[in-house]
Amino acid sequence: MNNTIQEIKKPIVNKSLNTLKANALESEAIYIFREVVAQFERPVLLFSGGKDSITLVRLAQKAFWPAKIPFPLMHIDTGHNFPETIAFRDKLVKELGVELIVRNVQDSIDEGKVIEETGKYASRNMLQTTTLLDAIEEFKFDACIGGARRDEEKARAKERVFSVRDDFGQWDEKNQRPELFDLLNGKIELGQNVRVFPISNWTELDVWSYIEKEAIEIPSIYFAHKRKTFVRDGFIWSAEDEVVFRAEDEVVEERTVRFRTVGDMSCTAAVESYADTIEKVVSEIRDSKISERGARIDDKRSEAAMEKRKQQGYF
Amino acid sequence: MEVLKIATAGSVDDGKSTLIGRLLYDTKSLTDDKLEAIRNSSVKKGYDYLDFSLATDGLVAEREQGITIDVAHIYFSTPRKSYIIADTPGHIEYTRNMVTGASTSQVALILIDARKGVIEQTYRHFFINNLLRVKEVIVVVNKMDLVDYDEAIFEDIKANFEKLNDNSTYKEQQVSYVPVSALKGDNVADRSNEMPWYQGDTILEHLEKIDASANGNKGLVRFPVQTVIRPKTEEYHDFRGFAGKLYGGNLKVGDAVTVLPSLTQSRIKEIYFYDKTFDEATAGSSVTICLEDEVNITRGDMLVKEDELPTIQKELRATVCWMDNKQLLPGSKYFVQHSTNRVLSKISAVKNTIATDYSGSKLSDGKLSLNEIGEVEIKLSKPVFYDSFTENKSNGSFILIDEQTNATAGVGFIN
Repeated sequence: MNNTIQEIKKPIVNKSLNTLKANALESEAIYIFREVVAQFERPVLLFSGGKDSITLVRLAQKAFWPAKIPFPLMHIDTGHNFPETIAFRDKLVKELGVELIVRNVQDSIDEGKVIEETGKYASRNMLQTTTLLDAIEEFKFDACIGGARRDEEKARAKERVFSVRDDFGQWDEKNQRPELFDLLNGKIELGQNVRVFPISNWTELDVWSYIEKEAIEIPSIYFAHKRKTFVRDGFIWSAEDEVVFRAEDEVVEERTVRFRTVGDMSCTAAVESYADTIEKVVSEIRDSKISERGARIDDKRSEAAMEKRKQQGYF
Repeated sequence: MEVLKIATAGSVDDGKSTLIGRLLYDTKSLTDDKLEAIRNSSVKKGYDYLDFSLATDGLVAEREQGITIDVAHIYFSTPRKSYIIADTPGHIEYTRNMVTGASTSQVALILIDARKGVIEQTYRHFFINNLLRVKEVIVVVNKMDLVDYDEAIFEDIKANFEKLNDNSTYKEQQVSYVPVSALKGDNVADRSNEMPWYQGDTILEHLEKIDASANGNKGLVRFPVQTVIRPKTEEYHDFRGFAGKLYGGNLKVGDAVTVLPSLTQSRIKEIYFYDKTFDEATAGSSVTICLEDEVNITRGDMLVKEDELPTIQKELRATVCWMDNKQLLPGSKYFVQHSTNRVLSKISAVKNTIATDYSGSKLSDGKLSLNEIGEVEIKLSKPVFYDSFTENKSNGSFILIDEQTNATAGVGFIN
């Protein structure tokens, strides 16, 4: 019997319904990675330690195997990361043997380039933009690969796979390059850069199913665990980390929770969950009635929040 | 699981966004918080029904003006398939967006307002899906609730559309018709109680039956090399892998291949996907190929089966859809990006412009403006290896990149 890719997939298809789909999406992502390396001189993979960027790393490995991933990883560190994420990041980079660049939002604050937000909803999420743009300029990166997906949010639904940003990192959503067939136009001027989104067409469930199928390791906070928490505005917040502002009248209780995204701790809420294995997480996502960014407070600020942040250069 | 890509095009009032919102709602693809947002917005606007169009209209400007401007991607799934909708506006000034949406789609939904019947815009939608060889077209006769679910009106619209179909140059295209009320949910996912006279499939039933892997290609293998993988590690010291995506047909270990443009012959030695080897790769897979002989290959080269050569030429004749504000003029220079090649080119002539309403083509004034479609002759600084678009979509299409602005200024379908 011929050992074709289609056929070899069959034994791997177990209870997860979406597994075969990842084949088309996986090939598309690998194709995009290879276009990046062919069309740009200084690409970088923006690594947050979250499941989407971890999935990107696996796809990049596949695209260039047996060679190493031919570009560095860069982490824009808000200083408000879950400690589990940082430990995970360092271990992964060591295994891959690739260069890791870390740039800190704290440095941008210390240099007076940005001002720390204060109050109940204070977050460093917005401040990342300045640090990111400075790093792009410092290293002269011409392509920044990120794990954003079009299903995450309405403004992302119109994002291109190759999305051109000007010298100020700005996204001009009305003047985007049409993308036809598989043809990706990465021609840019000096000073411009392109944000690249290889998993644009994946949904949250696609990513989780892929993590399951590929047995990709992810940080422990994605799985159900006991945590000291408090509730505000219907969201569950971690009370274990001092970066999350908590008013005195907000009562701390232990709950069994997990995180669906691992952004800045100060704006990432937990969900009550008993899904402590990847299989349970996949079936929880499949049955879920709340969208992933529903637990990201920064999107809630206004209906057009994401679009505004993107125009300013947010990833 | 299969992924099926759908193109939709429509104007402000034909209820396209409502149809998409309805599809999402009926397939339980709207999450609670999204549904909540739709409820709130609907109440705020004083509607006594759920305004599903709010599920799709993304950008602020669009919400303000109540229209769709660009190409938005919408995702939903059933236990059988995953669907990606490329949603575009339908006005003539958005022809380029419609072409973009149709370029990656296997199915088109063409909306017709039952009260208005076949209008100029219907012609254009069908023309574009003809030109781009979109395999399946579902004609959605919407707002049937506003015409008392009248069978005669549906049949009349169907007959008018059939006349349009007589103009089609793409006879293999499957066209089907569904009477629908997106607002009330008739024949979208669930069968209508109001139209017992219609025994055909609902929209969703149609979509579920379509074979997502059928792409209308002739089956000739085209493997454009994206990049060459040379790890230079101890273990893989002599490894030279050609990385690319396989189009058109399957490729097996042992197959005799010709390398373009050098016309060197060799055989497939190994096919890798990540760290595993395979005896055969199917079309659509991104693989790494090693050859039996040491052949000098770089990005832009192409592997084909030895007796299946494409056309190798320094000239192109193509139907071009123009997408830039700056007109296409004879004598101007553009980069042609065709598969993994980017070649400087000069426009020899714009022969004629083609009306998108089937009224035919007319001799051009030598220029092509934004959203116009025409026959163009192009001279290339070095040869590309191409098929006609009707034989192989991926190897029969290209984009034109403006030398100065780097904009994607046009798309071509090779004759």
